[in-house]
Amino acid sequence: MALLNISGLTTVFETATGPVGAVDGASFTLEAGEVLGLVGESGSGKSVSAFSILRLINPPGKIIGGRVEFGGRDLLSLAPREMRAVRGKDISMIFQEPLSSLNPVQTIGAQVMEPLLIHTSIGKRKARDRALAMLYRVGIPDAESRFDVYPHQLSGGLRQRVMIALALVCEPKILIADEPTTALDVTIQAQILALLKDLQSELGMAILLITHDLGVIAEVADRVAVMYAGQIVESAPVQAIFDDTAHPYAAALINSIPDRTRQARRLIAVKGNIPDPRHLPPGCRFAPRCGFAQPSCVTTVQKLTAVDPTHATACMRVQAGELPRPIPTLTPELPHG
Amino acid sequence: MKHSMFGKKLKMRLGGGIVIAVILMAIFAPLLAPHDPYDQDLMSRLIPPFWNAQGDWTYPLGTDNFGRDMLSRLIYGSRLSITVGVAAALLACTMGTILGMWAGYSGGYAETAIMRLADAQLAFPDILLAILIVAAVGGSALNLILVLGLSGWTVYARVMYNMTRSIRERPFVEAAVSHGARSAYIIRQHIFPQLIPVLTVVATLQVAQMILQETALSFLGLGLPPPTATWGNMLAEGRDRMWAAPWISNLSGVAIIILVWGINMLGNGLREHLDPNQRGRQ
Amino acid sequence: MFAFIVRRLLTIPITILLVVFVTFIVLRVTGDPVQIYLDINATPEQTALLRERLHLDEPLIVQFGLFLWDVLRGDFGMSLQFATPALPVVLGRLGATIQLVSVALLFAFVFGVAGGIVAALRKDRLPDFLLSALAVAGQSMPSFWLGILLIQTFALDLKWLPTSGTGSWQHLILPAVTLATFLLPNFILITRTTVLETRSELFLTTARSKGASESSIMFRHLLPNAINPVLSFLGLQMGRLVGGSIITETIFAWPGIGSLMIRSIFQRDVPVVIAAVFIVSIAIVLANLLVDILQSLIDPRMRLD
Repeated sequence: MALLNISGLTTVFETATGPVGAVDGASFTLEAGEVLGLVGESGSGKSVSAFSILRLINPPGKIIGGRVEFGGRDLLSLAPREMRAVRGKDISMIFQEPLSSLNPVQTIGAQVMEPLLIHTSIGKRKARDRALAMLYRVGIPDAESRFDVYPHQLSGGLRQRVMIALALVCEPKILIADEPTTALDVTIQAQILALLKDLQSELGMAILLITHDLGVIAEVADRVAVMYAGQIVESAPVQAIFDDTAHPYAAALINSIPDRTRQARRLIAVKGNIPDPRHLPPGCRFAPRCGFAQPSCVTTVQKLTAVDPTHATACMRVQAGELPRPIPTLTPELPHG
Repeated sequence: MKHSMFGKKLKMRLGGGIVIAVILMAIFAPLLAPHDPYDQDLMSRLIPPFWNAQGDWTYPLGTDNFGRDMLSRLIYGSRLSITVGVAAALLACTMGTILGMWAGYSGGYAETAIMRLADAQLAFPDILLAILIVAAVGGSALNLILVLGLSGWTVYARVMYNMTRSIRERPFVEAAVSHGARSAYIIRQHIFPQLIPVLTVVATLQVAQMILQETALSFLGLGLPPPTATWGNMLAEGRDRMWAAPWISNLSGVAIIILVWGINMLGNGLREHLDPNQRGRQ
Repeated sequence: MFAFIVRRLLTIPITILLVVFVTFIVLRVTGDPVQIYLDINATPEQTALLRERLHLDEPLIVQFGLFLWDVLRGDFGMSLQFATPALPVVLGRLGATIQLVSVALLFAFVFGVAGGIVAALRKDRLPDFLLSALAVAGQSMPSFWLGILLIQTFALDLKWLPTSGTGSWQHLILPAVTLATFLLPNFILITRTTVLETRSELFLTTARSKGASESSIMFRHLLPNAINPVLSFLGLQMGRLVGGSIITETIFAWPGIGSLMIRSIFQRDVPVVIAAVFIVSIAIVLANLLVDILQSLIDPRMRLD
């Protein structure tokens, strides 16, 4: 039994011309203690999926279907009060922009203490001690004297450490990290990722890491789910995604990584744009951009299906064995030199 | 969505209709008024309006303490309110626009001096300036226009200053500068036309404020001296007869609120037309 | 924080200088000061005495210097109607005005902020339309007529409250409501706007992700961030507040500085008018300073040091 089991999650945004799908029947699982990378272009629905798990979708957004099973309960059918008891205690979240995610008029100490005061009955003194210990643990130097400073007085990297501290201060079982390093300098990115990895093994929590950056996935994730136009198109252990790619979109994403270790492969951005969610292709949503698409791809709805025990893809041509794995690049390899 | 579009149009039509009606009333006052507004008739003092049992259709809206016809005085009173309101807003707008654009475009000492002055004037309320001037030279229509105009320029200066600064950075203005255009030419040809819509909204809403201030000053006795028919004067006269003749103050109050509300509606409708997110902020 | 307050205090002399300058210009340049100060029946001796006292034969710059010196010593001359120094007359009325203004401000702030929050939370629904329409109607309402309507209704018809004057807390209700209504519409509209702007802030999502309740999100996270623009606006409204207070005091015969000022104008008691203008200007500067301090206490980013 997985720690978190998401099935058929569907989230729409109400607009003047009717509801527009952002997440459409996404299913994936998160095992205890693992790091699952949820990867996709912006607009693929990966962040909306993450926010939907904690039911943090604001109107006009709305979750209209699916189940989010955690600890034997469906989070989507909990009463608001029960849901609040889960947030910050069992499942926490950190965000892309640490400055705008922190309350500018509260001291960082107060903000790290808040989850403890909400979820535990320890007094303020003890909460302060634990918050302080957590601030030290996430690598805030001299946290004692920084306890009463405000977010704007810290650097971007330290702010994200504060966010991590307030998310983990109640020692949750799951941390959802929504693009946690995107807004940071490259050197800081590596430090924050290393910190997350450290804390994960130390506290034994699972992490759902949302990112558009396959490089980040390669560094920290155990498993990967690739999202496209609101649907999961491939899910596999991290090594298999790179070595045994089973969906043309995943292959295109991998090809677009600017990576010195794969100089042989030409850097290509994925051609075209993600489809307009109001006018989705009827069959495979990637078909209009796919180099391997056949007429049947355009008309047939594709389903995420296991091709081996740990590896699933939504490409029917791969499922039928018509395409080799890993998916070959369409562009001819450039000669070395 | 559709609902607010309708609201915007309705506001502009309703507000515009009221404003046009009052302006026509002011222009054609001599034709519309059934009596001379200054004609005193001590035999017909304090006659209530027609809906009252003692009402008399000779004076549809009744008479005041001197037997003057309320309807005629209300019609004539619109003249002063409109003239002072519009003239004061125009003066404030012209002054504020020029100073604000100058500060925003040229920067340096002009910027510091103009914007500091605008800040400092906040500490010196309009009404204190009015009180000082009236204490010194007495009340007249021209003094009212000068006092209200001089105190109202800062709004425009701030708006124009901020907008001029942001427009200055845009490519078409930078292109004009690089082609050697003169400052005055750039302001006239490139910057000012961009600012006209905002200016219209601010000025419209300010006319409403100016009229309220004019009536307030008149009410306090700092406007035109009696017997001049102004809505503020009439309200002040009615105040002493609150018990016996409440219609004197209430009719003048209704006249003020209809006109000011109409202008506010028109201004808010225009603003929502320009910027749909704001509502009724002043 | 301390340095911040000191720095703000340093701007006060500049403002005072400006007020004195404007007052001087208006009094000396718009006409013959002797005629402004004295009535038409003044004897030649009185005129000559005043000319000497005002140093009217000196150059303007010297006159300004002497005027400034008098003002700084608190010497505004003798009140013509009370035959005592003008400044104590004005200061004696200060308490009543502060009482009226602070009660009205409290009313307007509490109800305005509450109304603005309700309108924002029910955006584009009935409460929002009602409150917004009410606010625009309120902005169009001449406060002096509102005061008269309140007197007609609650004092003359219902006989619940006294018509005017001072003495008991009942006397304060109608003037305070009149003055509060003068400010209320703008408070509602500005609060509505800032709450709507703050509602989309990400840190509210963070608070929600911690498991905070909706009321805690509103009072601990949203309001402390939305209240500062409302306070800035309050600072900008001080001038209007003074205007409203003068009108309200006049309608209800409230014995404050405002009614004194109007009465002194008609008595041609120029020294009292100047002293009152001066005291009110200082009060506005101090009130703005208070707003600044309050804002920097709420929002640490405002502390400039």
